[in-house]
Amino acid sequence: MKGEPKELRLRVNGKVYELKVKPKALLNDVLRKDLKLTGVKRGCLESTCGVCTVILDGKAVRSCSILALQANGHEVTTIEGLAQGDKLHPVQQAFVDHGAIECGFCIPGRVMMAKALLDENPKPSREEVKLAMQGVLCADVGYVKQIEAVEIAAEKMQGGE
Amino acid sequence: MKDFEYFAPKTVEEALPLLSQYKGEAKIVAGGQSMLVLMRQGLLAPEYVVDIKGISALDYMTYDERLGLKIGALTTHRTIEKSPIIQKHFKVLSEMETNLATIQTRNWGTIGGNLCHGDPAGDPGPVLMVLDAKLKLKSLSGERTVAMEGFSKDILEVDLEPDEMLIEIQVPVPRSHTGVAHEKLMVMQGDAGIVGAAVSITLKPGNGICEDARIVVSNAASIPLRAKEAERCLIGKKINGDHLTEAGEVASKEASPPSDVHGSEEYRREMIKVFVKRAANKALERAKER
Repeated sequence: MKGEPKELRLRVNGKVYELKVKPKALLNDVLRKDLKLTGVKRGCLESTCGVCTVILDGKAVRSCSILALQANGHEVTTIEGLAQGDKLHPVQQAFVDHGAIECGFCIPGRVMMAKALLDENPKPSREEVKLAMQGVLCADVGYVKQIEAVEIAAEKMQGGE
Repeated sequence: MKDFEYFAPKTVEEALPLLSQYKGEAKIVAGGQSMLVLMRQGLLAPEYVVDIKGISALDYMTYDERLGLKIGALTTHRTIEKSPIIQKHFKVLSEMETNLATIQTRNWGTIGGNLCHGDPAGDPGPVLMVLDAKLKLKSLSGERTVAMEGFSKDILEVDLEPDEMLIEIQVPVPRSHTGVAHEKLMVMQGDAGIVGAAVSITLKPGNGICEDARIVVSNAASIPLRAKEAERCLIGKKINGDHLTEAGEVASKEASPPSDVHGSEEYRREMIKVFVKRAANKALERAKER
């Protein structure tokens, strides 16, 4: 039947969720509304801004451009899944320490983008950082400090901190 | 977005009967990177959505020196971009993918979905056209193979029957002394090209005369446009800068570019001249190296 909810099994930040969702629900809807993971932002809904970025099976994707049911059986990491207790992920810590945050709206998406980059490529060149980070738009702080923060995080992660 | 009924077949054999049963009312979604935007804007409201993203058997790439390259329709843009096979034998495809949208989109979006979306601004279509690629389509009633050239029919319309799905993209091994290049005009890397140009040039070994040329421009008509008159400016010539300029000018006349917020028709015509010349120049240099 049209619109009939379907079963969705999803591992999010290490925890397995089983729920029923409408076929038209976006991954973004389910993360925010059903799982209350509001660190995942909702921006343009047009695949333009990238603030909704989460990590799915190790790759950065836009949660507003994927049907929730397409993520069935997959593993999702959101900004809520990065810190270990009180200890921020090196990318988060670098953003804080380096003053790379202003209004903060794009930061969760941006941090996820940076994490996906560093997991795949632990020693990116500045050009590679720029190319990855342009997948998330920022309206206020500009990009320089954020690019530098990713480089600082990369160094810390190399140093095993 | 309007409600729809959702199916997620895991194999081609499961998908085809659904397409046959809901003929015309069903829409295939692969990565959905273009389609979900249309659905949210209300431009597309299918009754049934057949989600083929989970058909893992269509996510593959093989290369054979005789048979050429075969890409499963559900291979992601990012996989193609990063593939050592592609980087070695079809560098232009990797270059094209690097400029296609953002990493997130390339991580989830598929080559087959892009082609079937039929956007005249798309990048893979023109590059695959100059590479003389073919597409394998399948339905319950059988299989057919069509040329990429001719697959696009109009804006967002392709030669795909309601009960058919794209299975595989087949790219022949280019002849020796062939160079291929793709260039597009972007405000920011990853933007849809305001215009784009893909060019393939084959030189005759020994005397360096152009034996064959293919030029396709994007966002310059309602479909990826093969600029055949422009090709004739190059074929049979020992190509120099004047020929490249002429090819750009002729391609610009052949095109019927749209006017929109990204660029006026006049601007696009000027840029077609520039980008055809630029891509042709690069293709020529590459043909000489081979």
